[in-house]
Amino acid sequence: MSARNVSVFYGDKKALDDVSIDIPTEYVTAFIGPSGCGKSTFLRTLNRMNDTIPSARVEGKIELDGEDIYRSRMDVVQLRARVGMVFQKPNPFPKSIYDNIAYGPKIHGTADGKDELDAIVEKSLKRAGLWNEVKDRLNDSGTALSGGQQQRLCIARAIAVDPEVILMDEPCSALDPIATAKIEELIGDLNGRYAIVIVTHSMQQAARVSQRTAFFHLGKMVEYGRTSDIFTNPLEKRTQDYITGRYG
Amino acid sequence: MSPIILLLLALALGLAGWLAARARAWSFQRSSANGRIASRPTYHAWYVALWIVIPVTLFITVWGILSPQLVTQSVLATPAASELPAFGFKRQAILSDARAVATGAAQGVFNPEARAFIGPYRDAISYYGTIGLVVTLVIAFLAGAFAFLRLKPDFAARNRVEKIVMAVLLLASLVAILTTLGIIVSLVFETVRFFGMVNPIDFLFGTQWGPDPMSSPDSPDPSRYGAIPLFWGTIYIGAIIAMIVAIPLGLMSAIYLTQYARPSWRRWLKPMLEILAGVPTVVYGYFAALTVAPAIRDVALSAGISNASSESALAAGLVMGVMIIPFVSSMADDSIAAVPSAMRDGSLAMGATTSETIRKVLVPAALPGIVAGVMLAISRAIGETMIVVMAAGAAANLTANPLEAMTTVTFQIVAMLTGEGSFDHPATLSAFALGFVLFLVTLALNFFALRVVKRFREAYE
Repeated sequence: MSARNVSVFYGDKKALDDVSIDIPTEYVTAFIGPSGCGKSTFLRTLNRMNDTIPSARVEGKIELDGEDIYRSRMDVVQLRARVGMVFQKPNPFPKSIYDNIAYGPKIHGTADGKDELDAIVEKSLKRAGLWNEVKDRLNDSGTALSGGQQQRLCIARAIAVDPEVILMDEPCSALDPIATAKIEELIGDLNGRYAIVIVTHSMQQAARVSQRTAFFHLGKMVEYGRTSDIFTNPLEKRTQDYITGRYG
Repeated sequence: MSPIILLLLALALGLAGWLAARARAWSFQRSSANGRIASRPTYHAWYVALWIVIPVTLFITVWGILSPQLVTQSVLATPAASELPAFGFKRQAILSDARAVATGAAQGVFNPEARAFIGPYRDAISYYGTIGLVVTLVIAFLAGAFAFLRLKPDFAARNRVEKIVMAVLLLASLVAILTTLGIIVSLVFETVRFFGMVNPIDFLFGTQWGPDPMSSPDSPDPSRYGAIPLFWGTIYIGAIIAMIVAIPLGLMSAIYLTQYARPSWRRWLKPMLEILAGVPTVVYGYFAALTVAPAIRDVALSAGISNASSESALAAGLVMGVMIIPFVSSMADDSIAAVPSAMRDGSLAMGATTSETIRKVLVPAALPGIVAGVMLAISRAIGETMIVVMAAGAAANLTANPLEAMTTVTFQIVAMLTGEGSFDHPATLSAFALGFVLFLVTLALNFFALRVVKRFREAYE
């Protein structure tokens, strides 16, 4: 995906200012920065989730495989099937584990018949590393799982529609360290199969899971590059100050 | 001395106690070493004032009930009373005549015999009036003195006042509960009397309704007390026709308001919808009887149904359905809005359209609340009287044809109680049995609905 001169406004307030970035499909990209810096806002422009906020307005151009996703003929439904999203707080539907995963394939009509749907559910849960924990209770409610399991269920749900890109908005901020470690491990496993963009508050997490890092500050993207460079040898003083804990 | 004047007197005495106690507390404050006392002077004042007003009010209430009887007794003890007729209307008329003149409520008497009692009445009223006044003053003084003497610099007046206020609040909340209990007891009492005359089996399962208030009360014809047509009419109009109207319309308006309407529209539409709930049911009744019912008859006639009546279950049910829409829609609105927005975002982020999100995520998640709203609406609809009185007719038909006149439990309660039958006739008493059944059904519905709502609330918090 690539973004050119993207600005986002909430009403009159400018939340994101002139961001241009190329997100490689073969890596995990992390967005870091202090609260309110615009990183989540930018993430949500990538699958047009900002459309659900009436006052939000996006300027600039964002392309997925060379197509402008904000052009008027773009079908948001198709876009979101190709660019999945995982939220900060696990949000499984109050349905069974099976139905949570089957939801996407059903609405997009990607599964032919029950057998294929079963196969998608199993494959998605396996990829999300949840299969062994839930295979005997697929009919239990998704909300009955633990927080970390719920988040992996949400990742499995996103995988089930076979997206090209998975956006993760601080996926571990509501989880304990063990569940966080599992999610990070999962991101490592998924890397390569899907392009992953993760917003995180934790610089350690960004350093652990990503190959590319973008640093946002006050609505601008300050610096973008290899994760190892950003953390060891940043070009900008602001990046260095943030990474060394001088603010944020 | 009328109770109103005594009550004003009590308030005046309370005010005096209030002022005196505050002055006393101020003097404590002045003489204490650091200018502090355990409670602020206003609390001392309220403590004494409440101690005066509450006992006096209680006494006045009791006295207001008791003193007229004492007056009558003392009048009856006078020699003139021996000439009164022993019992009956005449005796009552003479006494109330004399009382009216004695209290100044009337100028002259209708019954000449009453003149002899005006004097005794005047004497008795002023005698007991004086007693009432004296007792009021004594109680006020004793209670006030008791409270006043307890005031000390370290007296915890605030805690006492708060306790009294709490007790008053408790009493206020008990009023509603006790009233409900009273209603149940009186209903049960009359219902038992009715079932002593008519077998409950005949009543609950009989299919003919047509009690005759003029028949002999001693041997009611059980075949005329079958309430099934009424139960059917109630369910058909209130729970079937009305709900066919109210559930889809209420649900759809709730979905529009929560999911599609712009905030500025929602600000206007939601209150307007809720105004519907505040329209008096009589007005709906006019609408049903004068506009909807004739229109339905005309349509039926033009469709070739020759025996369409101008009163029909359909007219009453349709209008009742419209009346119920706000109940369904506001409960559905609340429960859809209570589904966390994360659910909605999650579904949208999967590429679901807004309508898929509503059908597959929001409505299922909000279903318990919606069901509860529907049940409350049903209990409201089957208890509704005015619309059916005005539009549904009075014939107890056991039919599924919505164009025919039908009658409901509520209609028959009104009809039986306002009829010419005497109060202990089974036809009149049947109203209580009907009311009792209706009460049990709506109680069960409300109870069930509230339980569902409670479970639903716990699910997301």
